[in-house]
Amino acid sequence: MSDATPFPAPAAPEISAAERDELRRHGILLTSLEELYNWGRSNSVWPLQFGLACCAIEMIAASMARFDIARFGSEVFRPSPRQADLLIVSGTVTKKMAPQVVRLWNQMPEPKYCIAMGACAISGGPFKQGYNVLKGIDRFIPVDVYIPGCPPRPEALLHGLMQLQEQIRAQKISGPEAPRHLRPEASGEFPVPEFGGSDLVPPRNPAVWQPPTIVRTE
Amino acid sequence: METPEQIRERILARFPGAEVNVVTNPGPAAQHSLLLGAAHAVAIAVFLRDDPVLRLDTCSNVTGVDWLDREIVETVRKPLPTEPGSDPAAPARILEEKIKRLVPGHLEVVYHLYSVALKQGPVILRLRTFDRGANVTLPSLTPVWRACEFQEREVFDLYGVKFTGHPDLRRILMWDEFQHHPMRKDYVEPDDYEWEPTPHDAVLDKARRHYPATPAAPQEGAAP
Ligand code: SF4
Repeated sequence: MSDATPFPAPAAPEISAAERDELRRHGILLTSLEELYNWGRSNSVWPLQFGLACCAIEMIAASMARFDIARFGSEVFRPSPRQADLLIVSGTVTKKMAPQVVRLWNQMPEPKYCIAMGACAISGGPFKQGYNVLKGIDRFIPVDVYIPGCPPRPEALLHGLMQLQEQIRAQKISGPEAPRHLRPEASGEFPVPEFGGSDLVPPRNPAVWQPPTIVRTE
Repeated sequence: METPEQIRERILARFPGAEVNVVTNPGPAAQHSLLLGAAHAVAIAVFLRDDPVLRLDTCSNVTGVDWLDREIVETVRKPLPTEPGSDPAAPARILEEKIKRLVPGHLEVVYHLYSVALKQGPVILRLRTFDRGANVTLPSLTPVWRACEFQEREVFDLYGVKFTGHPDLRRILMWDEFQHHPMRKDYVEPDDYEWEPTPHDAVLDKARRHYPATPAAPQEGAAP
């Protein structure tokens, strides 16, 4: 087999989403393997039961009856990273905690996704200039969806989850744009930082994150 | 409850030769505290805990303070001897002298004590280290109040005060390999500034160092 991908998919039918919806309304289900695969995955994103700070309270609220994350198929908060698809980094990541967060991420099987929930997980938030706070979890692991807020309301978390579902539905299952878990050369494991004398070593993973450069237009 | 002065009198009656001073707080809270010498600190703490009038059974808070070396300017007024032959009714001449004195820095540990049994408090104790460098040892009060354990570890971690007699003196917030004490005033944090849209004050200085093109902060009301 010349194609190296595990799913040699047939070419998707040349049919627009609107036409497909129209057919569906008339009781004709036309689908592709890709669509079926993404549909299944996007509606069963199981988060890891893991919270770090105040944002976790909003995550817990989102899983309760009032906000009801079960509507999106994500109510199964797994207590083990081996069974989880989604890491919601909900709260302040201290430098002491960061290696453990990366380790949890490495223990999750592919396909896996990461949501950075709240100002702290995105950038360090109110503690950005502090001595013990990581300036964003995206220094060490790739983040799929950022949810700003301090804390984001549960609706914002649900919105972020819907954005993630949209990303999953748009994924290709073959070709160079296939997600990480369908490309054998891409590793789902990321180096765990070590504790150094005055900071984490390395302080960031340059393969994942680079400091922003400013482009000034005069 | 007794005033700090009364407590001091009773401590001195019980431990003659102990070093106890009242540090007054000029603020509206007026929470005066007792500055203890390290030599008798543990004995005095046991006395305060077991004394039937005070019964300070709870240590609610332990905190640290870092005092840098500071220079104090004092004005000394000296009357000059009157010159012979001058008018005796003239006002006495006074020489004012400014004396600069260097007060060496030290680390301070503050304990807030309450009595749950008698519903009174707080009594505030202070202990001072000799300096900020090599002599930063103080007696631990954990054997007297178990509640001090984690908080003394925190003071050790963030300020570097070494408590003798502490059962488990390890870092508590930072990792064990960490080599600094981040709450000391001369702590230099790792130089890991990264771009921010609206830097100001100290952050603006860092921004200029890392991104030399950073313009000065826009003036209030200036045209964009
Ligand atoms: S972003 Fe705000 S609410 Fe969320 S963990 Fe940080 S401080 Fe707490």
